[in-house]
Amino acid sequence: MSKLKIEDLTLLFGHEKEKALTLLKQGKTKAEIFKETGCTVAVKNASFSIKQGEFFVIMGLSGSGKSSLLRCLNRLIEPTSGSVILNKVNITNLDDKGLQKVRRKEMAMVFQNFGLLPHRSVIENVAFGLELQEIPEKERLEKAKSVIDLVGLQGYENQHTASLSGGMQQRVGLARALANDPEILLMDEAFSALDPLIRKQMQDELIDLQEKMHKTIVFITHDLDEAIQLGDRIAIMKDGEIVQIGTPEDILTNPATDYVSSFVEKVDRKSIITAGSLMFDKPTVAIYLKDGIEGTLRKMRTSGLTTLPAVSIDKHFLGFVYLRDVLEIKAQGEKTIKNAIIKDVPVAYADTTVEQMLPFIAENGRVVPVIDKDTHKLIGVVAQTSLLIETTGINWDHGTESPIDKIHKEII
Amino acid sequence: MIHIGDYIEQFINWLTLNFAPFFDAVKVVVESIVNSVEWVLMFPPFYVIIILVAFLAWKRTGWGIMLFTLAGLSLIWGMGYWAETMATLALILSSAFIALLLGIPLGIWAAKNELAGKMIRPMLDLMQTMPAFVYLIPAVLFFGLGKVPGAFATVIFSMPPAVRLTTLGLRQVPKDIVEATRSFGASSRQLLFKVELPLALPTILAGVNQTIMMALSMVVISAMIAAGGLGEVVLKGITQLKIGLGFEGGIAVVILAIILDRITQSFGLKTSAKA
Repeated sequence: MSKLKIEDLTLLFGHEKEKALTLLKQGKTKAEIFKETGCTVAVKNASFSIKQGEFFVIMGLSGSGKSSLLRCLNRLIEPTSGSVILNKVNITNLDDKGLQKVRRKEMAMVFQNFGLLPHRSVIENVAFGLELQEIPEKERLEKAKSVIDLVGLQGYENQHTASLSGGMQQRVGLARALANDPEILLMDEAFSALDPLIRKQMQDELIDLQEKMHKTIVFITHDLDEAIQLGDRIAIMKDGEIVQIGTPEDILTNPATDYVSSFVEKVDRKSIITAGSLMFDKPTVAIYLKDGIEGTLRKMRTSGLTTLPAVSIDKHFLGFVYLRDVLEIKAQGEKTIKNAIIKDVPVAYADTTVEQMLPFIAENGRVVPVIDKDTHKLIGVVAQTSLLIETTGINWDHGTESPIDKIHKEII
Repeated sequence: MIHIGDYIEQFINWLTLNFAPFFDAVKVVVESIVNSVEWVLMFPPFYVIIILVAFLAWKRTGWGIMLFTLAGLSLIWGMGYWAETMATLALILSSAFIALLLGIPLGIWAAKNELAGKMIRPMLDLMQTMPAFVYLIPAVLFFGLGKVPGAFATVIFSMPPAVRLTTLGLRQVPKDIVEATRSFGASSRQLLFKVELPLALPTILAGVNQTIMMALSMVVISAMIAAGGLGEVVLKGITQLKIGLGFEGGIAVVILAIILDRITQSFGLKTSAKA
């Protein structure tokens, strides 16, 4: 079900908006409209809908209109045309009182520069939204206290906000928004002003919080890495237009335009590509109590591998068997491969990233087993070759000429 | 020849004639304010007032100004101008109070409403640059001689800084804080009282200080229409060419000015240091 729906939203800055709107409908470009009317097109015909509990990221460079679009959602900026529909209510038609109610109860915002009140303490800042709703002091301080614990600000309640570090100030900003218990959280470049380390930490904490809260979040960023890490879906904006909407994986694998692919190229794939998307799901395995020593040797011979993952009959991962060990126990006259199984090996889950698997690269060229988180059954293996290719950062899929091609051209 | 003076004279006469009841009412109110403040200052023995002011100076600023206050006020008492000084102080405080009562709301209006801002600014320029003596004539026509026309002229002369610095303070409130406040559903009243005024307070208090200092600078001028106090002492010194008398009155005014300035300034400084 869609929680928040944006229909054909357009935002113009300037005086002759009516005329500019007509020109826009006739399909004139931004430059033509600016020349004729002096109006700037900040957002052009944006339409999308956001599901309940979804983490929706709008990503674009500065000047792409993403922050203006966000401000149209709670009408800090009035959209020129189009509608914003929250729970079937068209916010663009609300009167002042109605809008005030939406801002107090349903949407809360977190700002890039925090926007905290310097003359108040942390807890008074957190309780500010509740104060505006005229909730009694005792009640709002209690509520504020619980949110302060949630975002990890315990012990800072009575400090002045100006004395806090950027990360701590943004925690206050986040707590202030959460204290209102809004259905929708609007976050405008919330972490962009923070140091990279603090930023990473805040991103992780936000993900943890979101797992508990299941808020609908609209998050603005200029950083695709951040968008991919946080977003369930991402909308990419350029010059006031949304050029692609999709899941992070969609955007990475099928960039809709050259603009998007130019972004995607710069992304650090190591932290995004997972074992699930790299693995072979039907690897050759030695099945304990079924294959026996002879069966295992036959599989090694036909596949040309000297190392095989060993699994039980119901596919639980047991370890690896090496050709050398199997031959040794065969010489000792054993029947099963039990004593040849090496148990002490690292495993990955489907959502383990390439970055996390890097330490598994071993000299012996063994594959990385991928097992199911709950059942511990083997669901596939990742070849070390795949890991190496991902880490070298050469993007084979997007038209980059491979080094081999080059050698061939030069020599042959 | 363009006789602007004639028109203004006609206008003032018309006001005097048609608004007499209004001016009478204003006179009663202002007179009672000035008199009650003066009564409060004159009722306790002089040393009580000296100790109270010195205590305030110590609390707000520290030892230096406290010692200066003790010595300065004792000197004034010793010179025999205690009553005159308290009369002047009463007139200044009442005038400044009225000026702030009118000036701060005007300043808020000018900050909030662009048109109001554009209209109020030239009026403030006029009020501040017009030689202060000019206000004395209509003041006398409206209110007769005495403290009330003195207060009237003082209010007009001292109000501009209160208006200007209130407007400035409100305009300097960071835009992102105002935006954040609006995003949480603040009404314009809540925005003003919970965010804008508290953040503008240091600047507004600087305006309060300026208003009081401007009021003090009107002391001698308002004495020309029999407002009394230290101004009268100085004026007597001028008209009777009594150098000593003039300087004694002058020194008392300077002592009063320094004490008032340091104490009122400290409020603005303390607030901004806190923010």
